[in-house]
Amino acid sequence: MSDAGWQAGNVVERSHEALQDNFLRGAVRFTTDRLKGRKSEATSELGDWEQWRERGQAIRSHTVAHLDYYLAQFCDRVREAGGHVHFADDAAEAAMIVMQIVDEKKAKTVVKSKSMVSEEIHVNHHLLQAGVRAIETDLGEYIVQLAGQAPSHIIIPAIHKTREQIRDLFVGVGATDLTTDTAALAAFARRTLRQEFLQAEVGLTGCNFGIAESGSVALFSNEGNGRMVSTLPRTQIVTMGMERILPTFADLEVMANLLPRSATGQKLTAYLSLITGPRREGEGDGPDELHIVILDNGRSRQLGDPDMQAVLHCIRCGACLNVCPVYRHIGGHAYGSVYPGPIGAVLSPLLQEGDKHADLPFASSLCGACYEACPVKIPLHDMLVTLRARYVARGKASQLERVAFRGYRVSFATPRRYKASFALLRVLQRGLAKGNQIDAQVGPLRGWTASRSLPAVAAHSFRSRFAEIKRELDVDDRGQGLGGKPEREGANNG
Amino acid sequence: MKRKLPRVDAAERVGETMKVALFITCLVDNFYPAVAEAMVRILHRYGVEVVVPDQQTCCGQPAFNSGYVDDARAVASTLLEAFKGADYVVSPSGSCTGMIHHYYPKLFAAEPGSADEAMALAGRTFEFSQFLVNVLGVTDVGATFAHTVTYHPSCHGARLLGVDKEPLTLLQHVRGLTLRDLPHAADCCGFGGTFAVKMSEISTAMASEKSDHVRSTGAEVLVGTDMGCLMNIGGRLRREEAPVRVLHLAQLLWEGMPVAQGVGE
Repeated sequence: MSDAGWQAGNVVERSHEALQDNFLRGAVRFTTDRLKGRKSEATSELGDWEQWRERGQAIRSHTVAHLDYYLAQFCDRVREAGGHVHFADDAAEAAMIVMQIVDEKKAKTVVKSKSMVSEEIHVNHHLLQAGVRAIETDLGEYIVQLAGQAPSHIIIPAIHKTREQIRDLFVGVGATDLTTDTAALAAFARRTLRQEFLQAEVGLTGCNFGIAESGSVALFSNEGNGRMVSTLPRTQIVTMGMERILPTFADLEVMANLLPRSATGQKLTAYLSLITGPRREGEGDGPDELHIVILDNGRSRQLGDPDMQAVLHCIRCGACLNVCPVYRHIGGHAYGSVYPGPIGAVLSPLLQEGDKHADLPFASSLCGACYEACPVKIPLHDMLVTLRARYVARGKASQLERVAFRGYRVSFATPRRYKASFALLRVLQRGLAKGNQIDAQVGPLRGWTASRSLPAVAAHSFRSRFAEIKRELDVDDRGQGLGGKPEREGANNG
Repeated sequence: MKRKLPRVDAAERVGETMKVALFITCLVDNFYPAVAEAMVRILHRYGVEVVVPDQQTCCGQPAFNSGYVDDARAVASTLLEAFKGADYVVSPSGSCTGMIHHYYPKLFAAEPGSADEAMALAGRTFEFSQFLVNVLGVTDVGATFAHTVTYHPSCHGARLLGVDKEPLTLLQHVRGLTLRDLPHAADCCGFGGTFAVKMSEISTAMASEKSDHVRSTGAEVLVGTDMGCLMNIGGRLRREEAPVRVLHLAQLLWEGMPVAQGVGE
């Protein structure tokens, strides 16, 4: 899949493609299983994980409910510390702000640490257009950049790549005698990227949390590249979503437990950087200029929406991706959006990106595993249902489907029509049913019968037999018995 | 022919004064009537009087989960009407019960008159295994079932409704039954109502993996508490010609109960 191609089509078409890719599916299964296992260890040792989740939810919902206050406080403190704050209404404006700064600095190279918002505003594309080299320095991001792809996971961008594929990508940019050993692969990336850190004029980072009381940017990273990006270049640009705020350092302590444990099963992130303003007089490290670009892009529209505001609580840990059975089989690119998985299926249609992600809420079996895994208890499964209802209410559903549900409503609204409908189905299925199963792949049945047998409607419904069963039980009662043996039956024993 | 069956111990008739309205679900009523029959017979054994209100059709979930809220409400109101006077409502499906518990209060929130009714209905509606274990206090139905069995915990039952240990508690008390842990048990089987057809290929991938996991246990029987999921997994197992029987928990228990085996005939 090329960078241009990964957003094409709809989710059904893209997932069809993904499902043919056994490398992808194997790699995703392997890594998500490992992350799930590690998460369960890391959370169970905390004692009452549910209490931690509730605390996390309380902090995030309080912050988002008072976002006007905390965001203003954050911006004031950033400015007091000598940083610059920029607001962007949408992705295009955010990219323009970044490009203006890069242009002003006459930068030829921009090094980046991991930032989902930078993906959301497609900053690499804009830099490339302007002839500026944008270098991803997170190992996973570096790999997907070399492959000409977008990240397929919020935390593990190259989750869809096998180590053999990674080795081949590195050989493509000059690596020689490279094994598929993790240490060898990482060492090659480290050697290559070290040069870039030293020559880049601008460093671009994300922001895990902006601390309102101090104006600090908290960065969680595992490879140390975040520190290089935020200390070596003379100018640092931070891109962040407007909701990524925490009131105090006490709140950060809770998140410092929730985020790494949920994301990768780590007790602590390897590097937790707190950046407050640019380098001050007498300080050895840090940029001369710090710019913070705060992105709306549809987020503020969720404020005050009782069903959707919770999407802003997300701390981008990726735990919902790791447990999602749909993500497990199709991976991230099939979602066709920057944010994949359950959080992506909810967030992407809400962002200011037109209607291209409107079908994502349907790519879910509504199993609720995402909600169960979420460290801040976002009811993603309920939100998916609500988004489906909005899709239908906007008249986006097919005529055929609308008619079908109209038919359902009419025939299931009274017991008489309900019974008549199933009587009709008993007639219609003649010729299709063999034994008590239907395997014929005709019409709308195909969606099911192409891969599964479908039980036929039983000759007699339970309700039509209940009076008879009841009579028998009553007779038995008088004789102190308990009723007879039902037919041996199983869904699969034909 | 008149059969002579053993007298029932009074202590077993724990539900003697209870009247239960059966919420059959449209799927079980029409596709799996034996599941409802097994439920009725088990409940009857504990002295519970079972009624089947005629007004009920479907909980509305197929429409609700597909985004057709008004159509869902129109169908769901048949249940409000049907179960108005019932002390307890018991259903063979964690998913349909979950629909009532989790979504009815909101679905009917703006309907004067129905809002309270919906809240009240949620409060007295139980999934079968939860009713047996938590309301009747029954953990051992006295069944014998000499087979290897694996159990799939359905997502909606577990996550929307909180069905947890109840089915396993009942299974662990069945004599002769060997319970095999299902790998990745908590993973969805890929049913998801209309998802199974709309996103047919993804659903199939999920069902195939579930089927692989079921087969890897070597169990002769797959048991669950939701026929939607079992229809999906069972349909896949059957297509793969896997020799696994698929049973609802009520069917398994009833099949193993002495009365069902005709003891005392």
